[in-house]
Amino acid sequence: MGTHNYNLTEQFEFTGKAKTLSIIAIVVGIAAIGYGFSAEALHERTFANLLLMAYYFACVCMSGAFFLAVQFVAQAGWSASILRVPQAMAKVLPIAVVILIVVMGLGLYTHNLYHHWHADGLTDPSSPNYDKLIDGKSAFLNVPFFMARQVIFLGVYSIFALLLAKLSNNEDLHGGLNSYRKSFKYSCIFLVIYGFTTPIFAFDTVMSLEAHWFSTMFGWYNFAAMWVSSLATIAIIIILLRKSGYMSWVNNSHLHNLGQFIFGFSIFWTYVWFAQFLLIYYANMPEETVYFYIRFEHYEFWFYLNLILNFLAPVLLLMDRDNKRQENTLLAVSIVVLIGHWVDYYQMIMPGTVAEHHAFGFIEIGIALGFVGLFTFTVLSSLSKKPLIAKNHPFLQESLNHHL
Amino acid sequence: MNNIKYILGSFGDPDEMMHGIDKLQENNIKIHDVYTPMPIHGIEAKLGVKRSRLDIAAFFFGITGTCTMLSFVYFAAAYDWPINIGGKPHFALPDFIPITFELTILFCAFGLVGSYYASTHLFPGRAPRVMDLRATNDRFIIAIDAKENAEHSKIDDLLKEAGALEVKYNERKYVSYE
Repeated sequence: MGTHNYNLTEQFEFTGKAKTLSIIAIVVGIAAIGYGFSAEALHERTFANLLLMAYYFACVCMSGAFFLAVQFVAQAGWSASILRVPQAMAKVLPIAVVILIVVMGLGLYTHNLYHHWHADGLTDPSSPNYDKLIDGKSAFLNVPFFMARQVIFLGVYSIFALLLAKLSNNEDLHGGLNSYRKSFKYSCIFLVIYGFTTPIFAFDTVMSLEAHWFSTMFGWYNFAAMWVSSLATIAIIIILLRKSGYMSWVNNSHLHNLGQFIFGFSIFWTYVWFAQFLLIYYANMPEETVYFYIRFEHYEFWFYLNLILNFLAPVLLLMDRDNKRQENTLLAVSIVVLIGHWVDYYQMIMPGTVAEHHAFGFIEIGIALGFVGLFTFTVLSSLSKKPLIAKNHPFLQESLNHHL
Repeated sequence: MNNIKYILGSFGDPDEMMHGIDKLQENNIKIHDVYTPMPIHGIEAKLGVKRSRLDIAAFFFGITGTCTMLSFVYFAAAYDWPINIGGKPHFALPDFIPITFELTILFCAFGLVGSYYASTHLFPGRAPRVMDLRATNDRFIIAIDAKENAEHSKIDDLLKEAGALEVKYNERKYVSYE
């Protein structure tokens, strides 16, 4: 056991360049939304982008809570000193949830989103719009039940996220093992709920944009995407904090572990992506291939870019042990993975909304930047409220001495 | 002329053994190797053991498997006996990804077992050669080459001082199970 002289009350100060840049990004985002709503023809595209980024924002934050729960349930020691970063992400989840629900509600109300299953006459046999398939699914895909599911799922995730953050706060104040034991118990419950409900959450939010098509792999495919993008976000925040002089206790072995996580779950993402693709390709049934047909016809560039950024880049760049331990390489790969999952969500959401009229311009970039700014602002301000290390965590010594 | 080839310091406690390594290194005595019944954290760095190249070997074994399967599938499905399956191209790559993946893993696993046997001289049917039998049970052994380090009594003192339970002078390199 080495002895260390780390400042265990170190606190992040959210000022200066980070604050200015995130506010500028938010302003750019608001400008992009304003521009998107200035012309009737751009409404659907704007809504699709808002859904994309709101979904991305919520997924990254809820996977922050998932990260915390996984660490508690695994009784992991290595991560004890970095838990405040996913905690800050988890604490922002309620904000993300409100934005996502507002976007979905407005999209449904104005018929810009989910018009595939939410339009007049789709379930009325006497109407010319009658759609037998949608009618058959209407017991599940109807607006009240849809919104109720969203509110309940996201509400439960938020409650558990805040609960885990609160328990960690109690641990700081009172010490002892009581908070840890409670965190363990609530994490177990949370993981079970999360595991069963995230696929349904992904079916609702993204898959129902193309309501005729369905895939049972879709939920896990989205779970892999949100989990790996969240891991990349955690790595980026930690590396940037380290570069600006905070969290001196984070050593190469911690980065190595995060790198292994990103590497492993990028492969897992590819695995579920491919499992979905291969079955559809091999069976070649029209009602299933329609999904990839539109992506090959109109999104070929994005389709291949998605695989390059999310599979080839992390696998080739993070395969070597030394690369995982180098903060600059890990930072670069994490950024590539984050952009890659934007591309991933882009080609999940756009074909079901704007279809062949998709574009990549100010609205896409602006809204993405706006949400990145919002995420940075909210997460960093919640990070600055508490010390950067949970000083009474029972495994803290193990984490400070972590060595691979 | 003494025929002592190796001096073995036998420790009952890993911390005392680590202390013994420090003592010997302070006195510029070169350590041949250390044998322990369990992995000890940080011992490779202390002894300056070179990093294993097994990962590089694994990569190349894996790539060999990938190439083997892709070429075989190309030969079988597109060259030797092309069959139209569901109107797909004869060499429909997505169909063959799972089997390619399996063969990559198979080659990698078999290759690594082979490399392990080759590098440790542990072939099936061959009696393992060890320097001290108790190193596989309850003792932590530091082995020092007696020909290179002449000050035998000094080594003996250093080992005993660090807590060695016994010091052996072996005239043969290995005591084998044979």
